[in-house]
Amino acid sequence: MKLTALKPGKSGIIKDFTDLNLSVKLMEMGCLPGERITFERVAPLGDPIAISVSGYQLSLRKEEAATIIVEELIKTV
Amino acid sequence: MKIALVGNPNTGKSTLFNSLTGLNQKIGNFPGITVDKKTGHCKLSNGQQVEVIDLPGCYSLYPKSKDEAIVLEVLTNPKNSSYPDLIVVVVDATNLKRNLLLFTQVADLKIPVILALNMTDAARKEKIVVDIDKMSQKLGVQVVPISARKNENIELLKQSIADAPAIALQKESIAVNGIAPELIAQIKNDIKVKQDYVALLLAHQHEILDYLTDDESNHIESLEQVNAFHSEKSQTRETIERYDFISRVLNDTVTQLPKNIADTPTGKIDKFLTHKVWGFVSFIAILLLIFQAIFAWAEYPMGLIENFFAWLDEWGRHYVPEGVLADLIFDGILAGLGGVLVFIPQIAILFGFIAILEDTGYMARITFLMDRIMRKVGLNGKSVVPMIGGLACAVPSIMAARNIESWKDRIITIMVTPLISCAARLPVYTLLISLVVPNDKLWGFFNLQGLALMAMYLIGTIGAVVVAWVMKKIIKSKERSYFILELPVYRTPRWRSVFLTMYEKVKTFVLQVGKVIIAMSIVLWVLATYGPPGRMDAIEEKYQSATYSDKFAPEEIEYMVSSEKLENSYVGILGRTIEPVIRPLGFDWKIGIALITSFAAREVFVGTMATIYSVAEPEEDTSTIRQKMLNARDTITGEPVYTVATAFSLMIFYAFAMQCISTVAVVYRETKSWKWPVIQLSYMTALAYFASLIVYQVLK
Repeated sequence: MKLTALKPGKSGIIKDFTDLNLSVKLMEMGCLPGERITFERVAPLGDPIAISVSGYQLSLRKEEAATIIVEELIKTV
Repeated sequence: MKIALVGNPNTGKSTLFNSLTGLNQKIGNFPGITVDKKTGHCKLSNGQQVEVIDLPGCYSLYPKSKDEAIVLEVLTNPKNSSYPDLIVVVVDATNLKRNLLLFTQVADLKIPVILALNMTDAARKEKIVVDIDKMSQKLGVQVVPISARKNENIELLKQSIADAPAIALQKESIAVNGIAPELIAQIKNDIKVKQDYVALLLAHQHEILDYLTDDESNHIESLEQVNAFHSEKSQTRETIERYDFISRVLNDTVTQLPKNIADTPTGKIDKFLTHKVWGFVSFIAILLLIFQAIFAWAEYPMGLIENFFAWLDEWGRHYVPEGVLADLIFDGILAGLGGVLVFIPQIAILFGFIAILEDTGYMARITFLMDRIMRKVGLNGKSVVPMIGGLACAVPSIMAARNIESWKDRIITIMVTPLISCAARLPVYTLLISLVVPNDKLWGFFNLQGLALMAMYLIGTIGAVVVAWVMKKIIKSKERSYFILELPVYRTPRWRSVFLTMYEKVKTFVLQVGKVIIAMSIVLWVLATYGPPGRMDAIEEKYQSATYSDKFAPEEIEYMVSSEKLENSYVGILGRTIEPVIRPLGFDWKIGIALITSFAAREVFVGTMATIYSVAEPEEDTSTIRQKMLNARDTITGEPVYTVATAFSLMIFYAFAMQCISTVAVVYRETKSWKWPVIQLSYMTALAYFASLIVYQVLK
């Protein structure tokens, strides 16, 4: 599922990217396949969103976040 | 010996630079605030003096912005004047994984390197334990735990720098050569590059590296084609391999508890500051506080400065004999100087606030809140910072736009930032508003003058938004606009650095802008005092005749002489020449003079007015310019010059017109072509002219 399909507050494991160009930049920032990613919250106007990955927060636009494919983690650690 | 500081944004690299060198400059929590190349000197314990270069913060050696490109430019070119003998990579100990990516890349350049683990105090609080010796052993470099904020272990770092070996001893992190063996070998051979990783970086980045000749760049391009090199796939492979290596190192050397951002102080603060309602309430409250501070808190110190200059003028005239010299000193230099120095409180307060916003990490949240709106009009969430900075001064703000990765977003931001009413317009606005808007309260609460001022700021901002939207439609770009922004951890501002920022901005303003203004004041005084030969004498003679001395008192004659002399001076001639063009806007030739002189800098308007009106009224008085302008009458109609229509028309003109030579220069510097500054100057002048025309004709 797309990262943006998660509910805010939920986490997932990164599985894949749908945009090669963008994936390179996301990976540099620590969004790697196999990494746990949390959808923290949505900006008040509906876009962008805040996520957390490897212990820090990153802000992405929804269209960018939608290129990240995740598998939802049901129970949060 | 040259040492370069390299690290991610928000790792405290600039703070460390301050600790090492004692030189002070702006430090921010917002990504990319370290823009210009900063160098300083540091004395090591063994007495050796080393040069320290603070390179812009970046996340990797694959630059996403101009700023980050500088790092690549310096570190891959041994002929670069800043090419270091030793690199200190500064990493945030609370965010090691991402930070170490850059370290492994830098290490592969095979320049001697030291790893500085910064923010160890914060890491201790998070119960992160790093086995320093083991990490050092795994990486093959010295690892030094420090806290730049608390000044911990800075001496130890200096000692490590002194002990650093002259040759690179770091261990291989990944097999760079395995990524593109033939291509790397060919580039190494043909371009004369020593290191595998530098060759690989050239393959990726040759188009943006200024030091490569066109031939070299084209040659690399053809080599890539021969070898079927795919830049993104190669980078993906490299990044994944590097993170694998980093994970292995961290597994063996670091113990840390899993962290849930929402439970950290930053998560809790964000819950409030980026909340649907409270986020905007607090953002607006902060903006209002800044406005309040600039306009109300600054009033008292500004009054003191004004009074001081009035006193200086009165006092000085007792000592300097009347004549040309006294006029030059008091009407030319002192009047101009007073007009500049009166800004100091406002500039200090505004930059103080901007420094606090950056230092605390709130600036990134403003971007987060505003991106949606900004994108609609062709800007970028990151444009908010330059535009808020534009409230103070367009010059540093346009430089701050370097931080925007998308070329189109960046150009548009640069083009519209000067429309935001900067501090230099404030004296023009306040002077004109005080002339025509009564100091009354609306509904017993809102001050009318304050409302008028707010309206001017709104008009400027709306102008910027509309122009940005139009440019979004006109400028074509295939480039994608990204928005990948770190939301840094909230930190308390370092007051020392806030005060230093305020001091530095004021200093820059007084020295750079003040210089122009004083020079202009003197030139203006000369132009206003002298005219084409013969004319001045003719005026003197004319008024000496009996026709005048019989009818008028001597003071009245003196006034008429000065007035007519000014009309016939060089500056009067210049003002009169443009009068037909500006008459439809409600401007007389005196205003025309001010428009000409303030082309270099807007605030010169006030100084020019001071000079013009004190030249026109030679009697000794220390009444403020305001009263002199209020008494001004049109020479033809006898009506007051500064009517509501003229004053607002003039304010609108200053809101939209470029009138700032420094901005033109900085736009040229930032876009590297005359195209953009010329477009900007033309559109702003046209916009100003027609907007003023409409305002005057409607209000008249």
